[in-house]
Amino acid sequence: MDIVVFLKMVPDVVEELVVADTGKSLDTQFLRMKLNDPDDYSLEEALILKEKYGGTVTVVAMEAAEVDDVLFTALAKGADRIVKIPGDWTGIQAPAIAKVLASYFSSAGRQLGPDTLVLLGSQAIDDLEGEVAPYLSEILGAPYIGVITGISLDAEKKKVSVIKEFAGGLRGEFELPLPCVIGIQAAEKPPRYVPVAKVRSIMKTAKIETVDIAPPEITSGVTIEKMFIPEAAGKAKMIEGEPEQISAQIIDLLKETGILRR
Amino acid sequence: MPGPILILAEHLKGEIADITFEMLGIGRKLADELKVTLHSIVFGKEAESIAANLGVSDSVFVVNNPQMDIPSTDIASNILKSLIEQKNYSLVLIGGTNVSTGIGPKLSFRSGLPFINFCRNIWVKDGMVGFTSQLFGGKILSDVGLPGNRGIICIYPGSFPSNAGKSDKKPSIETLSLPAEETKVVFKQYIEPEAGDVDITKQDVLVSIGRGISNADNISMAEELAAILGGAVCASRPVIDQGWLPLSRQVGKSGMTVKPKLYLSLGVSGAPEHVEGMKDSGLILAINTDPNAPIFSVAQYGICADLFDIIPPLIEKLKT
Ligand SMILES: Cc1cc2nc3c(=O)[nH]c(=O)nc-3n(C[C@H](O)[C@H](O)[C@H](O)COP(=O)(O)OP(=O)(O)OC[C@H]3O[C@@H](n4cnc5c(N)ncnc54)[C@H](O)[C@@H]3O)c2cc1C
Repeated sequence: MDIVVFLKMVPDVVEELVVADTGKSLDTQFLRMKLNDPDDYSLEEALILKEKYGGTVTVVAMEAAEVDDVLFTALAKGADRIVKIPGDWTGIQAPAIAKVLASYFSSAGRQLGPDTLVLLGSQAIDDLEGEVAPYLSEILGAPYIGVITGISLDAEKKKVSVIKEFAGGLRGEFELPLPCVIGIQAAEKPPRYVPVAKVRSIMKTAKIETVDIAPPEITSGVTIEKMFIPEAAGKAKMIEGEPEQISAQIIDLLKETGILRR
Repeated sequence: MPGPILILAEHLKGEIADITFEMLGIGRKLADELKVTLHSIVFGKEAESIAANLGVSDSVFVVNNPQMDIPSTDIASNILKSLIEQKNYSLVLIGGTNVSTGIGPKLSFRSGLPFINFCRNIWVKDGMVGFTSQLFGGKILSDVGLPGNRGIICIYPGSFPSNAGKSDKKPSIETLSLPAEETKVVFKQYIEPEAGDVDITKQDVLVSIGRGISNADNISMAEELAAILGGAVCASRPVIDQGWLPLSRQVGKSGMTVKPKLYLSLGVSGAPEHVEGMKDSGLILAINTDPNAPIFSVAQYGICADLFDIIPPLIEKLKT
Protein backbone atom coordinates (compact mmCIF):
# COMPACT_ATOMS: atom_id res chain seq x y z
CA MET A 1 0.00 0.00 0.00
CA ASP A 2 1.21 3.45 -0.95
CA ILE A 3 0.07 5.63 1.96
CA VAL A 4 0.26 9.38 1.47
CA VAL A 5 -0.36 11.54 4.54
CA PHE A 6 -0.93 15.26 4.18
CA LEU A 7 -0.08 17.30 7.26
CA LYS A 8 -1.20 20.85 7.94
CA MET A 9 0.09 23.39 10.43
CA VAL A 10 -2.45 25.47 12.35
CA PRO A 11 -2.13 28.21 14.97
CA ASP A 12 -1.58 26.85 18.47
CA VAL A 13 -4.67 28.01 20.34
CA VAL A 14 -3.01 27.49 23.70
CA GLU A 15 -1.29 30.78 22.90
CA GLU A 16 -3.33 33.95 22.99
CA LEU A 17 -4.52 34.80 19.49
CA VAL A 18 -4.21 38.42 18.37
CA VAL A 19 -6.26 39.92 15.53
CA ALA A 20 -4.16 41.95 13.05
CA ASP A 21 -4.69 45.69 12.58
CA THR A 22 -6.68 45.04 9.42
CA GLY A 23 -9.19 43.24 11.61
CA LYS A 24 -9.46 40.52 8.99
CA SER A 25 -6.79 38.00 9.91
CA LEU A 26 -4.63 36.89 12.80
CA ASP A 27 -1.48 38.80 13.61
CA THR A 28 1.14 36.31 12.46
CA GLN A 29 3.84 37.93 14.55
CA PHE A 30 2.37 36.39 17.71
CA LEU A 31 1.39 33.12 16.12
CA ARG A 32 2.93 29.83 17.14
CA MET A 33 2.20 27.06 14.69
CA LYS A 34 1.62 23.43 15.56
CA LEU A 35 0.50 20.31 13.75
CA ASN A 36 -3.29 20.11 13.42
CA ASP A 37 -4.41 17.54 16.06
CA PRO A 38 -6.36 15.18 13.74
CA ASP A 39 -3.35 15.20 11.37
CA ASP A 40 -1.20 13.82 14.16
CA TYR A 41 -3.65 10.92 14.42
CA SER A 42 -3.70 10.52 10.68
CA LEU A 43 0.09 10.07 10.67
CA GLU A 44 -0.23 7.57 13.51
CA GLU A 45 -2.90 5.59 11.63
CA ALA A 46 -0.63 5.51 8.56
CA LEU A 47 2.24 4.11 10.62
CA ILE A 48 -0.04 1.51 12.22
CA LEU A 49 -1.25 0.44 8.75
CA LYS A 50 2.31 0.15 7.48
CA GLU A 51 3.25 -2.06 10.43
CA LYS A 52 0.22 -4.30 9.82
CA TYR A 53 0.18 -4.57 6.05
CA GLY A 54 3.53 -3.28 4.79
CA GLY A 55 3.92 -0.58 2.17
CA THR A 56 5.34 2.90 2.40
CA VAL A 57 4.32 6.07 4.18
CA THR A 58 5.01 9.37 2.41
CA VAL A 59 4.36 12.49 4.45
CA VAL A 60 3.64 15.70 2.54
CA ALA A 61 3.22 19.21 3.94
CA MET A 62 2.99 22.72 2.57
CA GLU A 63 5.66 25.06 3.83
CA ALA A 64 4.87 26.80 7.13
CA ALA A 65 6.73 27.81 10.27
CA GLU A 66 7.94 24.75 12.24
CA VAL A 67 6.98 22.39 9.44
CA ASP A 68 10.53 21.01 9.00
CA ASP A 69 10.52 19.81 12.61
CA VAL A 70 7.16 18.16 12.08
CA LEU A 71 8.42 16.40 8.93
CA PHE A 72 11.65 15.18 10.56
CA THR A 73 9.61 13.95 13.52
CA ALA A 74 7.39 11.99 11.13
CA LEU A 75 10.50 10.39 9.65
CA ALA A 76 11.81 9.53 13.10
CA LYS A 77 8.47 7.92 13.90
CA GLY A 78 8.76 5.59 10.90
CA ALA A 79 7.65 7.41 7.75
CA ASP A 80 9.65 6.51 4.62
CA ARG A 81 9.71 9.81 2.76
CA ILE A 82 9.07 13.41 3.75
CA VAL A 83 8.10 16.02 1.20
CA LYS A 84 7.62 19.78 1.43
CA ILE A 85 5.77 22.00 -1.02
CA PRO A 86 7.68 25.30 -0.76
CA GLY A 87 5.95 28.68 -0.90
CA ASP A 88 4.30 31.33 1.19
CA TRP A 89 0.87 29.83 1.75
CA THR A 90 -0.33 32.27 4.42
CA GLY A 91 -4.10 32.68 4.24
CA ILE A 92 -4.62 29.99 1.60
CA GLN A 93 -8.18 28.65 1.70
CA ALA A 94 -9.32 25.03 1.82
CA PRO A 95 -10.40 24.64 -1.83
CA ALA A 96 -7.02 26.00 -2.96
CA ILE A 97 -5.13 23.73 -0.54
CA ALA A 98 -6.95 20.77 -2.08
CA LYS A 99 -5.88 21.98 -5.52
CA VAL A 100 -2.24 22.13 -4.43
CA LEU A 101 -2.37 18.66 -2.86
CA ALA A 102 -4.06 17.24 -5.97
CA SER A 103 -1.27 18.71 -8.10
CA TYR A 104 1.20 16.81 -5.95
CA PHE A 105 -0.05 13.58 -7.56
CA SER A 106 0.62 14.88 -11.05
CA SER A 107 4.14 16.09 -10.26
CA ALA A 108 7.15 14.20 -11.62
CA GLY A 109 7.48 10.67 -10.33
CA ARG A 110 4.34 10.78 -8.17
CA GLN A 111 0.92 9.40 -8.91
CA LEU A 112 -2.36 8.34 -7.44
CA GLY A 113 -1.88 4.62 -8.01
CA PRO A 114 -4.32 1.72 -7.65
CA ASP A 115 -3.01 1.06 -4.13
CA THR A 116 -2.76 4.66 -2.92
CA LEU A 117 -4.44 5.54 0.37
CA VAL A 118 -4.60 9.28 1.04
CA LEU A 119 -4.99 10.28 4.68
CA LEU A 120 -5.74 13.75 6.04
CA GLY A 121 -7.02 15.06 9.35
CA SER A 122 -10.81 15.03 9.21
CA GLN A 123 -10.93 18.77 9.83
CA ALA A 124 -8.82 21.68 11.01
CA ILE A 125 -9.69 24.58 13.31
CA ASP A 126 -9.25 27.08 10.47
CA ASP A 127 -11.36 25.26 7.86
CA LEU A 128 -13.64 28.26 7.20
CA GLU A 129 -14.30 27.25 3.59
CA GLY A 130 -14.70 23.56 4.31
CA GLU A 131 -12.58 20.53 5.01
CA VAL A 132 -9.75 19.76 2.60
CA ALA A 133 -10.35 15.99 2.31
CA PRO A 134 -13.73 16.13 0.49
CA TYR A 135 -12.46 18.84 -1.89
CA LEU A 136 -9.39 16.73 -2.63
CA SER A 137 -11.56 13.69 -3.29
CA GLU A 138 -13.57 15.72 -5.82
CA ILE A 139 -10.50 16.86 -7.73
CA LEU A 140 -8.89 13.41 -7.68
CA GLY A 141 -12.17 11.66 -8.49
CA ALA A 142 -11.47 9.19 -5.68
CA PRO A 143 -14.05 8.14 -3.06
CA TYR A 144 -14.02 9.84 0.33
CA ILE A 145 -15.23 9.32 3.86
CA GLY A 146 -14.52 11.43 6.96
CA VAL A 147 -14.53 11.26 10.77
CA ILE A 148 -12.76 7.90 10.70
CA THR A 149 -11.16 6.26 13.75
CA GLY A 150 -9.88 2.98 12.35
CA ILE A 151 -8.90 1.37 9.04
CA SER A 152 -8.24 -2.19 7.93
CA LEU A 153 -7.26 -3.58 4.55
CA ASP A 154 -8.88 -6.59 2.86
CA ALA A 155 -6.94 -9.70 1.87
CA GLU A 156 -6.58 -8.67 -1.79
CA LYS A 157 -5.38 -5.24 -0.71
CA LYS A 158 -7.96 -3.59 -2.93
CA LYS A 159 -10.50 -2.34 -0.40
CA VAL A 160 -10.43 -0.75 3.02
CA SER A 161 -12.92 -1.15 5.79
CA VAL A 162 -13.25 1.91 8.01
CA ILE A 163 -14.93 2.88 11.27
CA LYS A 164 -16.80 6.19 11.28
CA GLU A 165 -17.96 8.00 14.39
CA PHE A 166 -21.54 9.22 14.59
CA ALA A 167 -22.81 10.43 17.97
CA GLY A 168 -23.49 9.05 21.43
CA GLY A 169 -20.79 6.41 21.05
CA LEU A 170 -22.53 4.98 17.96
CA ARG A 171 -20.19 4.13 15.10
CA GLY A 172 -20.59 2.71 11.62
CA GLU A 173 -18.52 0.39 9.45
CA PHE A 174 -18.06 1.28 5.78
CA GLU A 175 -16.12 -0.20 2.90
CA LEU A 176 -14.48 1.64 0.01
CA PRO A 177 -12.02 0.71 -2.74
CA LEU A 178 -8.48 2.01 -3.13
CA PRO A 179 -7.41 4.57 -4.15
CA CYS A 180 -9.42 6.74 -1.75
CA VAL A 181 -9.23 9.81 0.44
CA ILE A 182 -9.95 9.41 4.16
CA GLY A 183 -10.45 12.07 6.83
CA ILE A 184 -9.06 10.79 10.13
CA GLN A 185 -10.57 11.85 13.44
CA ALA A 186 -8.53 9.61 15.74
CA ALA A 187 -6.20 6.63 15.40
CA GLU A 188 -6.53 3.24 17.03
CA LYS A 189 -3.75 4.27 19.41
CA PRO A 190 -2.51 7.65 20.66
CA PRO A 191 0.27 9.17 18.53
CA ARG A 192 3.58 7.50 19.36
CA TYR A 193 6.28 9.35 21.18
CA VAL A 194 9.69 9.81 19.66
CA PRO A 195 12.66 11.09 21.68
CA VAL A 196 13.94 14.52 20.62
CA ALA A 197 17.46 13.06 20.39
CA LYS A 198 16.30 10.68 17.68
CA VAL A 199 14.70 13.52 15.71
CA ARG A 200 17.89 15.57 16.06
CA SER A 201 20.10 12.79 14.76
CA ILE A 202 17.77 12.14 11.83
CA MET A 203 17.87 15.84 10.96
CA LYS A 204 21.63 15.56 10.46
CA THR A 205 21.43 12.87 7.80
CA ALA A 206 17.95 12.92 6.28
CA LYS A 207 16.72 15.24 3.58
CA ILE A 208 13.33 16.76 2.98
CA GLU A 209 12.32 16.29 -0.66
CA THR A 210 10.64 19.25 -2.30
CA VAL A 211 7.95 19.40 -4.95
CA ASP A 212 7.25 22.75 -6.60
CA ILE A 213 3.63 23.60 -7.21
CA ALA A 214 2.38 26.97 -8.41
CA PRO A 215 -0.25 28.67 -6.24
CA PRO A 216 -3.66 27.94 -7.79
CA GLU A 217 -5.80 30.83 -8.88
CA ILE A 218 -9.10 30.02 -7.29
CA THR A 219 -11.09 32.01 -4.79
CA SER A 220 -13.66 30.60 -2.46
CA GLY A 221 -16.31 33.30 -2.94
CA VAL A 222 -16.31 33.87 0.82
CA THR A 223 -14.98 37.11 2.32
CA ILE A 224 -13.87 37.71 5.88
CA GLU A 225 -15.32 41.05 6.97
CA LYS A 226 -14.10 41.15 10.54
CA MET A 227 -12.35 38.89 13.03
CA PHE A 228 -12.79 39.37 16.73
CA ILE A 229 -12.33 37.68 20.07
CA PRO A 230 -15.67 36.56 21.52
CA GLU A 231 -16.70 38.16 24.78
CA ALA A 232 -16.88 35.64 27.56
CA ALA A 233 -20.53 35.20 28.42
CA GLY A 234 -19.32 35.14 32.03
CA LYS A 235 -22.23 33.34 33.53
CA ALA A 236 -20.48 31.46 36.33
CA LYS A 237 -20.36 32.91 39.81
CA MET A 238 -16.69 32.78 40.72
CA ILE A 239 -15.56 31.24 43.99
CA GLU A 240 -12.41 32.94 45.20
CA GLY A 241 -9.85 32.64 47.98
CA GLU A 242 -7.07 30.34 49.12
CA PRO A 243 -7.36 26.64 48.22
CA GLU A 244 -8.49 25.78 51.76
CA GLN A 245 -11.26 28.39 51.67
CA ILE A 246 -12.31 27.39 48.19
CA SER A 247 -12.65 23.73 49.11
CA ALA A 248 -14.71 24.69 52.18
CA GLN A 249 -16.99 26.77 49.96
CA ILE A 250 -17.36 23.89 47.50
CA ILE A 251 -18.48 21.64 50.36
CA ASP A 252 -20.99 24.26 51.56
CA LEU A 253 -22.37 24.52 48.05
CA LEU A 254 -22.73 20.75 47.75
CA LYS A 255 -24.58 20.67 51.06
CA GLU A 256 -26.88 23.56 50.14
CA THR A 257 -27.84 21.87 46.92
CA GLY A 258 -28.46 18.58 48.70
CA ILE A 259 -25.76 16.71 46.79
CA LEU A 260 -23.88 16.14 50.02
CA ARG A 261 -25.91 15.10 53.00
CA ARG A 262 -24.50 15.64 56.53
CA MET B 1 -35.16 38.64 -5.64
CA PRO B 2 -33.23 35.92 -3.78
CA GLY B 3 -34.13 32.28 -4.29
CA PRO B 4 -35.69 30.02 -1.62
CA ILE B 5 -33.79 28.39 1.24
CA LEU B 6 -33.16 24.63 1.49
CA ILE B 7 -32.39 22.61 4.62
CA LEU B 8 -30.83 19.16 4.61
CA ALA B 9 -32.77 17.48 7.41
CA GLU B 10 -30.66 15.04 9.37
CA HIS B 11 -31.60 11.94 11.31
CA LEU B 12 -29.80 9.00 12.80
CA LYS B 13 -31.44 5.58 13.18
CA GLY B 14 -34.90 7.06 12.65
CA GLU B 15 -34.46 9.82 15.21
CA ILE B 16 -34.50 13.41 13.97
CA ALA B 17 -31.30 15.14 15.01
CA ASP B 18 -31.56 18.34 17.04
CA ILE B 19 -29.55 20.18 14.39
CA THR B 20 -32.49 19.71 12.02
CA PHE B 21 -34.77 21.77 14.26
CA GLU B 22 -32.04 24.34 14.84
CA MET B 23 -31.73 24.79 11.08
CA LEU B 24 -35.50 24.91 10.60
CA GLY B 25 -35.78 27.65 13.24
CA ILE B 26 -33.14 29.94 11.78
CA GLY B 27 -34.14 28.99 8.24
CA ARG B 28 -37.75 30.09 8.92
CA LYS B 29 -36.59 33.41 10.34
CA LEU B 30 -34.35 34.10 7.35
CA ALA B 31 -36.99 33.01 4.85
CA ASP B 32 -39.55 35.35 6.41
CA GLU B 33 -37.12 38.27 6.44
CA LEU B 34 -36.10 37.65 2.85
CA LYS B 35 -39.72 36.88 1.84
CA VAL B 36 -38.79 33.56 0.26
CA THR B 37 -40.02 30.01 0.85
CA LEU B 38 -38.32 27.43 3.04
CA HIS B 39 -37.83 23.87 1.79
CA SER B 40 -36.34 20.80 3.45
CA ILE B 41 -35.07 17.55 2.06
CA VAL B 42 -34.91 14.18 3.85
CA PHE B 43 -33.11 11.04 2.71
CA GLY B 44 -33.57 7.45 3.85
CA LYS B 45 -36.14 4.72 4.16
CA GLU B 46 -38.04 6.51 6.94
CA ALA B 47 -37.92 9.82 5.12
CA GLU B 48 -41.68 10.16 4.82
CA SER B 49 -42.50 9.79 8.50
CA ILE B 50 -39.64 12.14 9.35
CA ALA B 51 -40.87 14.70 6.82
CA ALA B 52 -44.20 14.97 8.66
CA ASN B 53 -42.33 16.56 11.59
CA LEU B 54 -40.76 19.30 9.54
CA GLY B 55 -43.82 21.56 9.39
CA VAL B 56 -41.78 24.69 9.96
CA SER B 57 -40.72 24.41 6.33
CA ASP B 58 -43.25 25.17 3.60
CA SER B 59 -42.52 21.98 1.73
CA VAL B 60 -40.38 18.89 2.13
CA PHE B 61 -38.71 16.77 -0.54
CA VAL B 62 -38.48 13.12 0.33
CA VAL B 63 -35.92 10.74 -1.14
CA ASN B 64 -37.16 7.39 0.03
CA ASN B 65 -33.99 5.43 -0.50
CA PRO B 66 -32.82 2.87 2.09
CA GLN B 67 -29.27 3.23 0.80
CA MET B 68 -29.39 6.82 2.02
CA ASP B 69 -30.15 6.31 5.73
CA ILE B 70 -26.62 7.49 6.19
CA PRO B 71 -26.37 9.92 3.31
CA SER B 72 -23.61 9.09 0.86
CA THR B 73 -21.70 12.33 0.33
CA ASP B 74 -21.64 11.66 -3.42
CA ILE B 75 -25.31 10.86 -3.95
CA ALA B 76 -26.44 13.60 -1.55
CA SER B 77 -24.39 16.27 -3.27
CA ASN B 78 -25.63 15.17 -6.70
CA ILE B 79 -29.27 15.38 -5.62
CA LEU B 80 -28.73 18.72 -3.90
CA LYS B 81 -26.89 20.07 -6.91
CA SER B 82 -29.76 19.28 -9.27
CA LEU B 83 -32.27 20.80 -6.82
CA ILE B 84 -30.16 23.98 -6.65
CA GLU B 85 -30.23 24.14 -10.44
CA GLN B 86 -34.01 23.67 -10.57
CA LYS B 87 -35.04 25.96 -7.72
CA ASN B 88 -32.22 28.49 -7.75
CA TYR B 89 -31.73 28.25 -3.96
CA SER B 90 -30.00 31.19 -2.33
CA LEU B 91 -28.94 29.31 0.79
CA VAL B 92 -28.53 25.61 1.53
CA LEU B 93 -28.15 24.81 5.24
CA ILE B 94 -26.34 21.62 6.26
CA GLY B 95 -25.56 20.37 9.79
CA GLY B 96 -21.98 20.53 11.02
CA THR B 97 -22.21 16.99 12.30
CA ASN B 98 -20.35 13.73 11.84
CA VAL B 99 -23.29 12.37 9.82
CA SER B 100 -23.23 15.18 7.25
CA THR B 101 -19.48 15.93 7.06
CA GLY B 102 -18.19 16.17 3.54
CA ILE B 103 -21.49 16.91 1.82
CA GLY B 104 -21.01 20.70 1.99
CA PRO B 105 -17.56 20.90 0.37
CA LYS B 106 -18.53 18.32 -2.27
CA LEU B 107 -21.71 20.23 -3.09
CA SER B 108 -19.74 23.47 -3.20
CA PHE B 109 -17.29 21.92 -5.65
CA ARG B 110 -20.03 20.51 -7.88
CA SER B 111 -22.43 23.48 -7.79
CA GLY B 112 -19.84 26.25 -7.80
CA LEU B 113 -21.54 27.90 -4.81
CA PRO B 114 -19.24 29.02 -2.00
CA PHE B 115 -19.18 27.18 1.31
CA ILE B 116 -19.09 28.64 4.82
CA ASN B 117 -18.15 26.38 7.72
CA PHE B 118 -18.65 26.62 11.52
CA CYS B 119 -21.56 29.08 11.18
CA ARG B 120 -22.92 30.26 14.54
CA ASN B 121 -25.11 33.17 13.51
CA ILE B 122 -26.90 34.45 10.40
CA TRP B 123 -28.63 37.78 9.83
CA VAL B 124 -30.12 39.87 7.04
CA LYS B 125 -29.11 43.49 6.53
CA ASP B 126 -30.10 45.62 3.54
CA GLY B 127 -31.07 42.52 1.61
CA MET B 128 -27.64 40.92 2.11
CA VAL B 129 -27.15 37.87 4.29
CA GLY B 130 -24.31 37.98 6.83
CA PHE B 131 -22.76 35.19 8.85
CA THR B 132 -20.63 34.72 11.96
CA SER B 133 -18.39 31.68 12.02
CA GLN B 134 -16.23 30.45 14.81
CA LEU B 135 -12.59 29.75 14.10
CA PHE B 136 -9.69 28.24 16.02
CA GLY B 137 -11.91 26.13 18.25
CA GLY B 138 -14.05 29.12 19.23
CA LYS B 139 -11.16 31.39 20.22
CA ILE B 140 -12.01 33.74 17.35
CA LEU B 141 -15.27 34.75 15.74
CA SER B 142 -15.33 35.93 12.18
CA ASP B 143 -18.02 37.88 10.36
CA VAL B 144 -18.20 36.44 6.88
CA GLY B 145 -19.86 37.71 3.75
CA LEU B 146 -21.02 36.12 0.52
CA PRO B 147 -20.59 38.74 -2.20
CA GLY B 148 -22.84 36.68 -4.48
CA ASN B 149 -25.48 36.41 -1.69
CA ARG B 150 -25.73 32.68 -2.35
CA GLY B 151 -23.98 29.82 -0.65
CA ILE B 152 -23.89 26.54 1.23
CA ILE B 153 -23.79 27.04 4.97
CA CYS B 154 -22.63 24.50 7.52
CA ILE B 155 -24.39 25.18 10.83
CA TYR B 156 -22.40 24.58 13.99
CA PRO B 157 -24.51 22.42 16.35
CA GLY B 158 -25.87 24.25 19.39
CA SER B 159 -25.86 27.66 17.71
CA PHE B 160 -29.60 28.18 17.34
CA PRO B 161 -32.56 27.29 19.58
CA SER B 162 -34.19 24.08 18.38
CA ASN B 163 -37.67 24.95 19.71
CA ALA B 164 -38.18 27.51 16.96
CA GLY B 165 -37.90 24.65 14.49
CA LYS B 166 -40.74 22.57 15.92
CA SER B 167 -44.37 22.80 14.81
CA ASP B 168 -47.49 20.64 14.53
CA LYS B 169 -48.23 22.02 11.09
CA LYS B 170 -48.06 19.47 8.29
CA PRO B 171 -45.80 20.51 5.44
CA SER B 172 -46.57 19.65 1.83
CA ILE B 173 -44.51 16.64 0.89
CA GLU B 174 -43.12 15.83 -2.52
CA THR B 175 -41.46 12.51 -3.19
CA LEU B 176 -38.52 12.68 -5.56
CA SER B 177 -37.98 9.56 -7.56
CA LEU B 178 -34.41 9.45 -8.63
CA PRO B 179 -32.43 7.12 -10.81
CA ALA B 180 -30.46 4.66 -8.71
CA GLU B 181 -26.92 5.86 -8.27
CA GLU B 182 -23.84 3.92 -7.45
CA THR B 183 -21.65 4.90 -4.57
CA LYS B 184 -18.26 3.39 -3.93
CA VAL B 185 -18.58 4.01 -0.20
CA VAL B 186 -20.73 1.19 1.12
CA PHE B 187 -22.34 1.20 4.55
CA LYS B 188 -21.90 -2.20 6.22
CA GLN B 189 -23.26 -2.00 9.75
CA TYR B 190 -23.71 0.03 12.88
CA ILE B 191 -21.40 -0.62 15.80
CA GLU B 192 -23.30 0.01 19.01
CA PRO B 193 -21.50 1.75 21.88
CA GLU B 194 -19.51 -0.68 23.97
CA ALA B 195 -21.03 -1.11 27.38
CA GLY B 196 -18.46 0.35 29.71
CA ASP B 197 -17.64 -0.61 33.27
CA VAL B 198 -19.86 2.26 34.41
CA ASP B 199 -22.73 3.93 32.63
CA ILE B 200 -21.96 7.64 32.96
CA THR B 201 -25.44 8.57 31.74
CA LYS B 202 -26.90 7.05 34.92
CA GLN B 203 -24.73 8.81 37.53
CA ASP B 204 -25.94 11.54 39.88
CA VAL B 205 -22.42 12.87 40.29
CA LEU B 206 -19.79 13.11 37.57
CA VAL B 207 -16.23 14.32 38.03
CA SER B 208 -15.17 15.29 34.55
CA ILE B 209 -11.52 15.54 33.60
CA GLY B 210 -9.94 17.26 30.62
CA ARG B 211 -6.49 17.75 29.18
CA GLY B 212 -5.71 19.80 32.31
CA ILE B 213 -5.32 16.53 34.23
CA SER B 214 -1.91 16.31 32.46
CA ASN B 215 -1.26 12.58 32.67
CA ALA B 216 -2.86 9.22 33.36
CA ASP B 217 -1.39 8.96 36.86
CA ASN B 218 -3.44 11.93 38.05
CA ILE B 219 -6.72 10.23 37.19
CA SER B 220 -6.68 8.30 40.47
CA MET B 221 -7.15 11.63 42.27
CA ALA B 222 -10.31 12.33 40.27
CA GLU B 223 -11.46 8.77 40.93
CA GLU B 224 -10.99 9.17 44.65
CA LEU B 225 -13.05 12.37 44.61
CA ALA B 226 -15.78 10.75 42.53
CA ALA B 227 -15.92 7.76 44.89
CA ILE B 228 -16.32 10.02 47.93
CA LEU B 229 -19.12 11.92 46.19
CA GLY B 230 -20.81 8.69 45.13
CA GLY B 231 -20.26 9.19 41.44
CA ALA B 232 -17.95 8.34 38.57
CA VAL B 233 -15.26 9.91 36.41
CA CYS B 234 -15.99 11.00 32.86
CA ALA B 235 -13.76 12.90 30.45
CA SER B 236 -13.30 15.12 27.45
CA ARG B 237 -12.12 13.69 24.16
CA PRO B 238 -8.34 14.23 24.50
CA VAL B 239 -8.30 12.08 27.65
CA ILE B 240 -10.07 9.28 25.77
CA ASP B 241 -7.93 9.65 22.62
CA GLN B 242 -4.82 9.33 24.78
CA GLY B 243 -6.19 5.98 25.88
CA TRP B 244 -6.34 7.01 29.55
CA LEU B 245 -10.02 6.13 29.88
CA PRO B 246 -12.36 4.01 27.70
CA LEU B 247 -14.65 5.57 25.08
CA SER B 248 -17.66 4.80 27.27
CA ARG B 249 -16.51 7.64 29.55
CA GLN B 250 -16.45 10.34 26.87
CA VAL B 251 -18.87 13.24 27.18
CA GLY B 252 -19.85 15.31 24.15
CA LYS B 253 -20.64 15.30 20.49
CA SER B 254 -19.12 11.93 19.67
CA GLY B 255 -19.50 10.59 23.20
CA MET B 256 -22.36 10.52 25.68
CA THR B 257 -24.92 13.10 26.68
CA VAL B 258 -25.13 13.28 30.46
CA LYS B 259 -27.43 15.06 32.92
CA PRO B 260 -26.09 14.37 36.42
CA LYS B 261 -27.15 16.41 39.46
CA LEU B 262 -23.54 17.55 39.86
CA TYR B 263 -21.01 17.97 37.06
CA LEU B 264 -17.64 18.88 38.52
CA SER B 265 -15.38 19.82 35.64
CA LEU B 266 -11.60 19.75 36.14
CA GLY B 267 -9.27 21.18 33.49
CA VAL B 268 -11.82 21.08 30.66
CA SER B 269 -11.86 24.13 28.38
CA GLY B 270 -15.54 23.80 27.44
CA ALA B 271 -15.33 23.41 23.66
CA PRO B 272 -18.78 23.34 22.01
CA GLU B 273 -18.33 19.64 21.15
CA HIS B 274 -17.90 18.90 24.85
CA VAL B 275 -20.59 21.29 26.11
CA GLU B 276 -23.14 19.68 23.79
CA GLY B 277 -23.00 16.58 25.98
CA MET B 278 -23.21 18.16 29.46
CA LYS B 279 -24.98 21.52 29.28
CA ASP B 280 -28.21 20.20 30.80
CA SER B 281 -26.55 18.94 33.99
CA GLY B 282 -28.04 20.15 37.28
CA LEU B 283 -25.21 21.94 39.07
CA ILE B 284 -22.14 22.64 36.99
CA LEU B 285 -18.98 23.60 38.82
CA ALA B 286 -15.80 24.19 36.85
CA ILE B 287 -12.16 24.51 37.85
CA ASN B 288 -9.84 25.95 35.23
CA THR B 289 -6.66 28.03 35.33
CA ASP B 290 -7.80 30.16 32.39
CA PRO B 291 -10.23 32.93 33.43
CA ASN B 292 -11.50 33.12 29.84
CA ALA B 293 -12.17 29.39 29.46
CA PRO B 294 -15.57 28.97 27.78
CA ILE B 295 -16.56 26.39 30.40
CA PHE B 296 -17.21 29.34 32.71
CA SER B 297 -20.08 30.47 30.56
CA VAL B 298 -21.79 27.11 30.96
CA ALA B 299 -21.02 26.54 34.64
CA GLN B 300 -23.07 28.12 37.42
CA TYR B 301 -19.99 28.22 39.65
CA GLY B 302 -16.41 28.69 38.58
CA ILE B 303 -13.04 28.50 40.25
CA CYS B 304 -10.13 30.05 38.44
CA ALA B 305 -7.29 28.01 39.92
CA ASP B 306 -4.97 25.07 39.44
CA LEU B 307 -6.97 21.92 39.97
CA PHE B 308 -4.01 20.32 41.73
CA ASP B 309 -4.18 23.05 44.39
CA ILE B 310 -7.89 22.62 44.99
CA ILE B 311 -8.70 18.93 44.72
CA PRO B 312 -6.29 17.45 47.34
CA PRO B 313 -7.53 19.71 50.19
CA LEU B 314 -11.11 19.15 49.01
CA ILE B 315 -10.63 15.39 49.25
CA GLU B 316 -9.07 15.76 52.70
CA LYS B 317 -11.98 17.87 53.94
CA LEU B 318 -14.58 15.52 52.51
CA LYS B 319 -12.92 12.56 54.24
CA THR B 320 -13.21 14.11 57.68
C1 LIG C 1 -16.01 16.04 15.17
C2 LIG C 1 -15.54 16.34 16.56
C3 LIG C 1 -16.11 15.66 17.63
C4 LIG C 1 -15.69 15.95 18.92
N1 LIG C 1 -16.29 15.29 19.94
C5 LIG C 1 -15.94 15.60 21.20
C6 LIG C 1 -16.58 14.96 22.31
O1 LIG C 1 -17.47 14.11 22.16
N2 LIG C 1 -16.19 15.30 23.54
C7 LIG C 1 -15.22 16.23 23.79
O2 LIG C 1 -14.92 16.50 24.96
N3 LIG C 1 -14.59 16.82 22.77
C8 LIG C 1 -14.92 16.53 21.48
N4 LIG C 1 -14.25 17.12 20.47
C9 LIG C 1 -13.02 17.91 20.77
C10 LIG C 1 -13.29 19.31 21.24
O3 LIG C 1 -13.34 20.16 20.12
C11 LIG C 1 -12.14 19.81 22.13
O4 LIG C 1 -10.93 19.70 21.44
C12 LIG C 1 -12.03 19.05 23.44
O5 LIG C 1 -13.27 18.99 24.10
C13 LIG C 1 -11.02 19.74 24.33
O6 LIG C 1 -10.79 18.97 25.47
P1 LIG C 1 -10.21 19.62 26.79
O7 LIG C 1 -11.10 20.71 27.25
O8 LIG C 1 -9.95 18.53 27.74
O9 LIG C 1 -8.79 20.16 26.34
P2 LIG C 1 -8.29 21.64 26.10
O10 LIG C 1 -9.18 22.37 25.20
O11 LIG C 1 -6.86 21.52 25.79
O12 LIG C 1 -8.46 22.32 27.53
C14 LIG C 1 -7.72 22.02 28.66
C15 LIG C 1 -8.13 23.04 29.71
O13 LIG C 1 -7.51 22.73 30.94
C16 LIG C 1 -7.10 23.93 31.57
N5 LIG C 1 -6.02 23.54 32.48
C17 LIG C 1 -4.77 23.13 32.16
N6 LIG C 1 -4.09 22.82 33.27
C18 LIG C 1 -4.92 23.03 34.31
C19 LIG C 1 -4.80 22.87 35.74
N7 LIG C 1 -3.67 22.42 36.29
N8 LIG C 1 -5.85 23.18 36.49
C20 LIG C 1 -7.02 23.64 35.95
N9 LIG C 1 -7.19 23.79 34.63
C21 LIG C 1 -6.17 23.49 33.81
C22 LIG C 1 -6.70 24.83 30.44
O14 LIG C 1 -6.80 26.19 30.85
C23 LIG C 1 -7.71 24.46 29.36
O15 LIG C 1 -8.84 25.30 29.42
C24 LIG C 1 -14.67 16.88 19.16
C25 LIG C 1 -14.11 17.56 18.10
C26 LIG C 1 -14.54 17.30 16.82
C27 LIG C 1 -13.90 18.08 15.72
